[in-house]
Amino acid sequence: MSHPLEVVSEKAVPKRKPYLLRNWQTYSMILPGLAFFILFKYIPLTGSIIAFQDYNVFKGVFGSPFVGLKHFDNLFTYPEFSRVLINTLLISLYKLAFGFPAPIILALLLNEVRKMLFKRFTQTVLYLPHFISWVIVGGLVINFLSPTIGLFNDFLRWLGMEPIFFMQESEYFRSIVVISGIWKEAGWGTILYLAALAGINPDLYESAEVDGAGKLRQAFSITLPCLIPTIMVLLLLQIGSVMDVGFEQIYILLNPLVWETGEVFDTYIYRVGLLGNQYSYTTAIGIFKSVVGFTLLVGANQLSKRMTGNSIY
Amino acid sequence: MISPTPAYRAFTVFNYILLSLIGVSMLVPFLHILAGSLSSGKAITQGLVSILPVQFTLGNYQSVLSDMNIWKSIQVTILITALGTFINLLFTVLMAYGLSKVDLKGRSTIMLLVLFTMIFPAPIIPAYLLVKSLAMLNTIWALVIPGAISAFNMIIMISFFRGIPEGLTESAKIDGCGEYRTLWSIVLPLSLPSLSTIGLFYAVGHWNSYFQALMYIRNPDLYPLQVFLRRLLVESDENMLIRAGQNAAVQSVEGLKMASIMVATLPILIVYPLIQKHFVKGSMLGSIKG
Repeated sequence: MSHPLEVVSEKAVPKRKPYLLRNWQTYSMILPGLAFFILFKYIPLTGSIIAFQDYNVFKGVFGSPFVGLKHFDNLFTYPEFSRVLINTLLISLYKLAFGFPAPIILALLLNEVRKMLFKRFTQTVLYLPHFISWVIVGGLVINFLSPTIGLFNDFLRWLGMEPIFFMQESEYFRSIVVISGIWKEAGWGTILYLAALAGINPDLYESAEVDGAGKLRQAFSITLPCLIPTIMVLLLLQIGSVMDVGFEQIYILLNPLVWETGEVFDTYIYRVGLLGNQYSYTTAIGIFKSVVGFTLLVGANQLSKRMTGNSIY
Repeated sequence: MISPTPAYRAFTVFNYILLSLIGVSMLVPFLHILAGSLSSGKAITQGLVSILPVQFTLGNYQSVLSDMNIWKSIQVTILITALGTFINLLFTVLMAYGLSKVDLKGRSTIMLLVLFTMIFPAPIIPAYLLVKSLAMLNTIWALVIPGAISAFNMIIMISFFRGIPEGLTESAKIDGCGEYRTLWSIVLPLSLPSLSTIGLFYAVGHWNSYFQALMYIRNPDLYPLQVFLRRLLVESDENMLIRAGQNAAVQSVEGLKMASIMVATLPILIVYPLIQKHFVKGSMLGSIKG
């Protein structure tokens, strides 16, 4: 039953232009970016279909024969694949175990520094390696570990030990990757944690102190719990990228002598896929990577939701 | 404040020492390379150089800087950094501003599309095939367009735009400004800290870009600095050996390599202190508030 007033207003107000047209300017701003995402992010995703084909460059996507799960079968039978899988997982695990806590600890230490000059100077120095490319950092690492002119082997010689050809021994490779990764990124990683630490209410500390809590007790009972949300989000993101170890770092440090422990998915895909033209096989690996990474992310997210109440979504 | 216990005082001393050591460890590798780049080839191969130059010489730099190829690659890198960052900011700012309007219909769907790409990144091989089919292989465009928008940077930009008081944009609209005019005249001038931070992130990414060039570029004339540097460090080609031999103080390629590293790092080292204060503030813009 329509109210008399409503009928009047329906006649008095002119018909409005459709929403899309009214806000055309805003939508036109989004359009280029959207087109970019569709073209360069989504089309390649659909291009993953070549993992189910025997892709031939000359026949293209529509001309190449469909082979179903053949390449995925190969994944699980090639011994190379399991080696690459283990390397990727191990390096990611080490990076999680050692590389993840490093910025947190650094941030906690930095937070206790009272002299602003020292703090700012240290931070400046700590952020520096993040801005240097892996080509250069790799050069620094190789130089540092050189058996003839490297500082580290100079140190070993000073201790009376024989110089070690670090970059050529498989057993050292993973440690070199993890440590150099920490050296490069730990400082930069402190930024988010320092921001979170700065956001903790100082009253909490004061009342804890009045209640007799020592510095250590405060750290455990106030600081860490307040950091948990930040930590969990970043941890989840890192777990989600377990399969993605980081092409540039590994590629720069890699050489055939250490493929056994060093070759990871992305470098393998580059070597065998791009250079070796095995497009379909390596795209199948890419799909495998993404699916596993996604599953890990969802699983870890659920776990985190249940255990700590924090999650990404 | 209650006076610190002896235990805490000891910790503080320990803390300062530890942080100093860590800070030093960040600097020592650079000092070593710097020292080596200024030392004679003989001193280097004899292992005499630690963090100070031995048998000081500028020969390494003379040799490196007289090679035309390094200048070519620096030119390429400058081009992709300037062009690339411009394209980055253009696309990112436009899209971020549009998406910053909370009540825009379809916004959450678009956001979901963007976030999805962060979880499922474009696979390498299909991406390569796409660039190839767009005839961008071996061109500057392959280094500048496929990375036009970083979802991460755009999200930071969105949260910054949301922080701008609505009153300002409202009054602009009342005065008759369209969205573009509002963005250009009002929002952008206010966004300079955020723009410079994001612009900086993009620019550094371009300066250090290696993988994209490795994937898409075969033409040596288009090698950016990092690719050129990488080949230098890994493949001591005859060219380098000859140039090393020509200078009596140089003789060894090790010094040339170190000088090349310094030349490639120098721009970042110069720009870094100037912009350091900006990005610390800027990167906290997207952080979780207490």
